[in-house]
Amino acid sequence: MATPTPTATLDLAACFPGAVSADARPGYKGWIIEKDKLVEVATAIRDELGYDHLTAVTGVDYLPEGKMEVVYNAFKTTGGPVLTFKVQVPRIDPVEVPSVTSVWPGAEFQEREAWDLMGIKFTNHPDLRRILMWEGFEGHPLRKDWKEAFYEEDAKPFKSRWPEGRHVMAEERSPFKDNITFPKDFDPEKWVPEGEEALYGALAKYQTEEDGLKTDHIVINMGPQHPSTHGVFRVALTVDGETIVSLKPVMGYLHRNHDKIGERNTFLQNMPFTDRLDYFNSMSNNFGYAVAVEKLMNIQVSERAEYIRVIMAELSRIQNHLVFIGMLGNDLGMMYTPALYAFEERELVLDIFEAASGSRMMCNYFRFGGVVRDLPEGVLQKINDLVFERLPGKVDELDRMLTENEVFISRMKGVKVIDAENAIRYSITGPVLRAAGVPYDIRRADPYSVYDRFDFDVAVRQNGDLMDNYLIRLDEVRQSLRILQQAVKQIPAGPVMPGKPQYQVRVPAGESYGRVESPKGELGYYVVSNGKPNPWRYHVRPPSFVNITALEQMCIGVKIADFIAILGVIDIVLGELDR
Amino acid sequence: MENEKLTSPGYEIPGELKNVVEITTLDRIYNWGRRSSVWPLMFGLACCAIEMIAAQAARYDMARFGMEVMRPTPRQADMMLVSGTVTKKMVPLIVRLYNQMPEPKYVVAMGACASGGGPFKEGYNVVAGIDKFLPVDVYIPGCPPTPQALIAGMIKLQEKIDKQSLSKVRWYDKKKEDSVYVPVPVLGPDLMDPRRFAEIKAAAAAKEG
Repeated sequence: MATPTPTATLDLAACFPGAVSADARPGYKGWIIEKDKLVEVATAIRDELGYDHLTAVTGVDYLPEGKMEVVYNAFKTTGGPVLTFKVQVPRIDPVEVPSVTSVWPGAEFQEREAWDLMGIKFTNHPDLRRILMWEGFEGHPLRKDWKEAFYEEDAKPFKSRWPEGRHVMAEERSPFKDNITFPKDFDPEKWVPEGEEALYGALAKYQTEEDGLKTDHIVINMGPQHPSTHGVFRVALTVDGETIVSLKPVMGYLHRNHDKIGERNTFLQNMPFTDRLDYFNSMSNNFGYAVAVEKLMNIQVSERAEYIRVIMAELSRIQNHLVFIGMLGNDLGMMYTPALYAFEERELVLDIFEAASGSRMMCNYFRFGGVVRDLPEGVLQKINDLVFERLPGKVDELDRMLTENEVFISRMKGVKVIDAENAIRYSITGPVLRAAGVPYDIRRADPYSVYDRFDFDVAVRQNGDLMDNYLIRLDEVRQSLRILQQAVKQIPAGPVMPGKPQYQVRVPAGESYGRVESPKGELGYYVVSNGKPNPWRYHVRPPSFVNITALEQMCIGVKIADFIAILGVIDIVLGELDR
Repeated sequence: MENEKLTSPGYEIPGELKNVVEITTLDRIYNWGRRSSVWPLMFGLACCAIEMIAAQAARYDMARFGMEVMRPTPRQADMMLVSGTVTKKMVPLIVRLYNQMPEPKYVVAMGACASGGGPFKEGYNVVAGIDKFLPVDVYIPGCPPTPQALIAGMIKLQEKIDKQSLSKVRWYDKKKEDSVYVPVPVLGPDLMDPRRFAEIKAAAAAKEG
């Protein structure tokens, strides 16, 4: 293999002759790697080309072509555009692709997801179990020939609903009169549940003998109903006294099938569904999806709308981080008081969202090419007051009350979350990565929208402990305020949508990966269109989900109480973690 | 129930005892106590849980209705607020939590998902409404319901409590079971409700293909 030389226009095919070919399909970019050479080429991509950060891994089922594809999106933590590479395999079971977890361990959960939902087997994967559905579930639901119990048609709008509107209740259509389906001649009484042996088998066993005393491991389950797991999140852990020996997250308790529903929806119908991913930040979620589809449609966003988008996304970041700080107080045992202060400010931000979009939480505000409507009269003045008068003082107040607080310092200082090297290996993004000392912010590293026009610093801290993870949120709120102060002054007049609003957008065939810096990290959308009104593939790369890939790595050797705090600073939201 | 009603059951109190004695019915004082301290189970499922927290926070302040004491354990809770999408993977645990709650217990379905599946109804992992498994007392529409809507739903629940009578409620009835027990669903190739095993078997046998 020739030593690849990084050039302005990277030609992987020339670097790895015989192993890589360019993806020549119209609308597609990137490179197709031979299945057997994947790990070899991936190692070279990481070590020699410098793409150290593999962020998104997902499968695509090309049923008409009889192919399954695994798509990888890699980036450099020093910044720059995406490198997309793919592996194609025939669609005959078992569909097998080598795992890249030996190169980028951050791919672990995403590969498990592809196995669970697509049925792509990753060879040499350390722990290939189902991740969102339960063991024993029938089939791999994201395959194009798999139909759910309430299946009506492949794509919306359904003929029964439009234009006549004579549809039958879904329960009436299903033979089981509910959202369930079973194979023919299935007998529930003879069913033997799979149990959770695989989960407990994956936990590292522990046994020591000290002074003739044998100590056994204890397995504890936390969640899904637990006050400090931030929703229906569950972990199974092995402990030695108070110290964690091994830990496995269990998720899927809020798996709402975004991908499958998204592929039935039209492009625009997906917008309100993105609201419900990270339900604290519907504006940021809209933003990512709009960026991805606009890339595919190749349209220009109107100038005023770009500024409104930035204002909304940054307001969203501020309220997210304030609530984060409040909830962190809960996790550390300062019940409710910091959270009450945080929610007071959050309500003011939500008032602005409600005035602009009509809804407090689920804004559904963005459209392809702009936003749905202009800011009503007086709202800009309200934002102005908020970012110049109220919020800066309130952030300082929180800072003054909490940062020097004895409970905060003694619980958080020096409790390591993750170091820079591991954070990159495990594909961690967002504040957790920056608190570990990597100044990687998509708003700077790969600017989208109009972020390149604003003067702001990428917040970065060096220690990677809990304290830094808390402080970086305060830093980010202050930087967001800086961006907002500039945006409010610079916002131009003009239309918020180029042309007339369209309800059925025309999206040319092709693929795109759009990503934004959401308050929790990199929020990416991988969209494949085949020219029809519905996306062929719609995949969300949620920051929470990928960030907890390293949860076991972070928590081995720490106390259970610190684990709560570590889970708190990763800032998971179950809506996007399970989708 | 207003306070005047509580103390005016239709008996004349002699003048000298007016400030010392109050007369009421057992039902009224009992329901007044219960409706003023409904303790919700501290358990959030999805987006609606955030509005539930917002309703607890300063601006809306559910403490005004005696509902601020969120209990993380079902053993101490009176009311289960199903705040969000009920998934097939989660529903066995919700039913187990419900079974662990002591009587009197109430279920409030908050939002479109808990009431009937909501926007995610067609999803393969979604249960189309918690009322497929648990008896629901109040449904609150919205996606998510605003804190005002949630509070309005809670007031509806209080009205329901007001109308209950000690002599008729099921948890003091010797002929009835102490507590409502719902069989816990089983995760098989799909979600299986033990109450419907025979039905599932028959439908599977009749299935084509």
